[in-house]
Amino acid sequence: MTADASHGEAPPEFVQLLTPEGERVQHPDYDIDLTPEEIRGLYRDLVLVRRVDLEAVALQRQGELGIWASLLGQEAAQIGSGRALTEADMAFPTYREHGVAWCRGVDPVNLLGLFRGVNHGGWDPAEHNFHLYTIVIGSQTLHAVGYAMGIQRDGADAATIVYFGDGATSQGDVNESFIWASVFNAPVVFFCQNNQWAISEPLEKQSRIPLYRRASGFGFPGVRVDGNDVFACLAVTRKALADARSGQGPMLIEAFTYRMGAHTTSDDPTRYRVAAELEAWKLKDPIERVRSYMFKNQIADQEFFDAIDAEADDLGRDVRKRCLALPDPEPLAIFDHVYAEPHRLMDEERAQFGAYLEGFEG
Amino acid sequence: MTILTLAKALNEGMRKAMEDDPKVLVMGEDVGKLGGVFRVTDGLQKDFGEQRVIDTPLAESGIIGTAIGLALRGYRPVCEIQFDGFVFPAADQIITQLAKMPLRSLGKLKLPVVVRIPCGGGIGAVEHHSESPEAYFTHTAGLRVVACSNPSDAYEMIQQAIRCDDPVVFFEPKRRYWEKAEVDIPTSSAGSAAWLPFDQGKVVRPGTDVTMLAYGPMVKTCLEAAKAAEDDGRSLEVVDLRSLNPLDVELVVESVRKTGRCVVVHEAAVFNGFGAELAARITEECFYNLEAPVLRVGGPSTPYPPSRLEDHYLPDLDRVLHAVDRVFAF
Repeated sequence: MTADASHGEAPPEFVQLLTPEGERVQHPDYDIDLTPEEIRGLYRDLVLVRRVDLEAVALQRQGELGIWASLLGQEAAQIGSGRALTEADMAFPTYREHGVAWCRGVDPVNLLGLFRGVNHGGWDPAEHNFHLYTIVIGSQTLHAVGYAMGIQRDGADAATIVYFGDGATSQGDVNESFIWASVFNAPVVFFCQNNQWAISEPLEKQSRIPLYRRASGFGFPGVRVDGNDVFACLAVTRKALADARSGQGPMLIEAFTYRMGAHTTSDDPTRYRVAAELEAWKLKDPIERVRSYMFKNQIADQEFFDAIDAEADDLGRDVRKRCLALPDPEPLAIFDHVYAEPHRLMDEERAQFGAYLEGFEG
Repeated sequence: MTILTLAKALNEGMRKAMEDDPKVLVMGEDVGKLGGVFRVTDGLQKDFGEQRVIDTPLAESGIIGTAIGLALRGYRPVCEIQFDGFVFPAADQIITQLAKMPLRSLGKLKLPVVVRIPCGGGIGAVEHHSESPEAYFTHTAGLRVVACSNPSDAYEMIQQAIRCDDPVVFFEPKRRYWEKAEVDIPTSSAGSAAWLPFDQGKVVRPGTDVTMLAYGPMVKTCLEAAKAAEDDGRSLEVVDLRSLNPLDVELVVESVRKTGRCVVVHEAAVFNGFGAELAARITEECFYNLEAPVLRVGGPSTPYPPSRLEDHYLPDLDRVLHAVDRVFAF
């Protein structure tokens, strides 16, 4: 089960602006005024990233990717927070932030490189202000805080956001990053996607209190948001980033969501969770509620939805085609970029291995 | 020429680096007001401010992790790990992130982070304060690992490490912090251009009969051994490796081909220590020149002992000379 073990304290609060049924609701602290065009844009983002994710799962099943970490179910948390960023803000992802990557303008094919095994990361972090995927759980939280300390020293009008999951909150690095951010009042937003499962371990293996409440012990605010509500995720993250940029320090956002798929394509969730749980969360789907809201409020017509579906299919086909065309690196690329400056051991071993390979030619 | 202790030479080197480049930061536990537990950063916070000399919370992983983030933003952090035995909480950030992120980015990211580690024993300290963890880091691709042995090199090498675009693990021989020597502080930048590159070793005492390979605190011990061996009519060539990764193989090979004998000396345990790599490389490159197997002098394969026993653990003049006798006995 995914219930919070609140131990007699007040029940968790929860920022929601759009119900699972597609009804707009108000919140005293957070609201958002979106134009129909912005709403259509968010819907498009949600559908396209889900389609890219679906294609990647299929590519893995067909042996074209070694593994894939699906974002299914977490689209609203990622698009809502990702669209809250300004160009100057810097994002530090885990390996599941395909939706945030989309918002930062990273070509989806570049996400596939590390899962296909042609590289460990295929985009320029500085070009997109989107750092490389970090696989060691929670390490990137410290990088984000350090980067935010750099922003402070530069006097720049920017903030960082760092993504991590519920499991990561048990890591020492994450807790150290909370301390650093608090002590130095760093402009960083901690965006925790609580998708209820750290591979097979449910939240109660990580925490006895709602995760967002951990922030108060470190001396900064925490808030829980409906992670399947793209409007709420956008509103809350936008406010947190604005506060961080204006010198009000860090904030923890717990996006309460659900990992609808497996941890990765190598995982089998039927071994540790019941089907009814997934069925319950399907009723809270992050895309359906936006679609429903748009229909009801005549923000889009069937023609729009059909066009987005067609665009998604085109994108899926394009991603597949270009994934298959990703070239395997040359063997001697093993020695490239290990060091930024000349390094004689690399030179020596590259030459030796090159000569060895040449022995097979001719 | 100025006479400086090794600690002060490092201090002057960092001061110069901070003057030269406003992006250079110093961070660590107690590095600010206190000036570090060994006073290596003494006075830097007073002169460069709290924004550039940062007293951090007491968490080593946090120091390295946030230094990585600062480097991603264009800064050049110089991190102090207070004692060798305390680097392990930071090992994950050093090994999985600092060392590998530039490769992960296909060269788009550079991480010019220096990790300063006072290392080695001989100061009568409690557990975790006397270790020699260099082999953990020389085994990690993506890191440069260097060790200074004297004030002059300390002054130059710390500046070269800070200027380097790669992450550098910088070992400082803590029991030599207070030893004094002349340091040539150049008055113009042209002076520093003539320094020996910090990835090269140096023959600190020429000789003809045995090559003594050492780095950090053991260089002085080897020099003392060379002086003592002179009385026995043996000429020891002492090589200060200075850089462990990359290793200056050319210099080592040149020396051993000349002498035909080699003794490696380090404080770290012999088993799987850095000397094992040296012995293997020398066997490959100098097989037909060797009069005797390469011998290694180091700590036993035990944890560092309580300080009342450290004189037995650490290689000293007698143990080094004993090994020299053995390479002649072959």
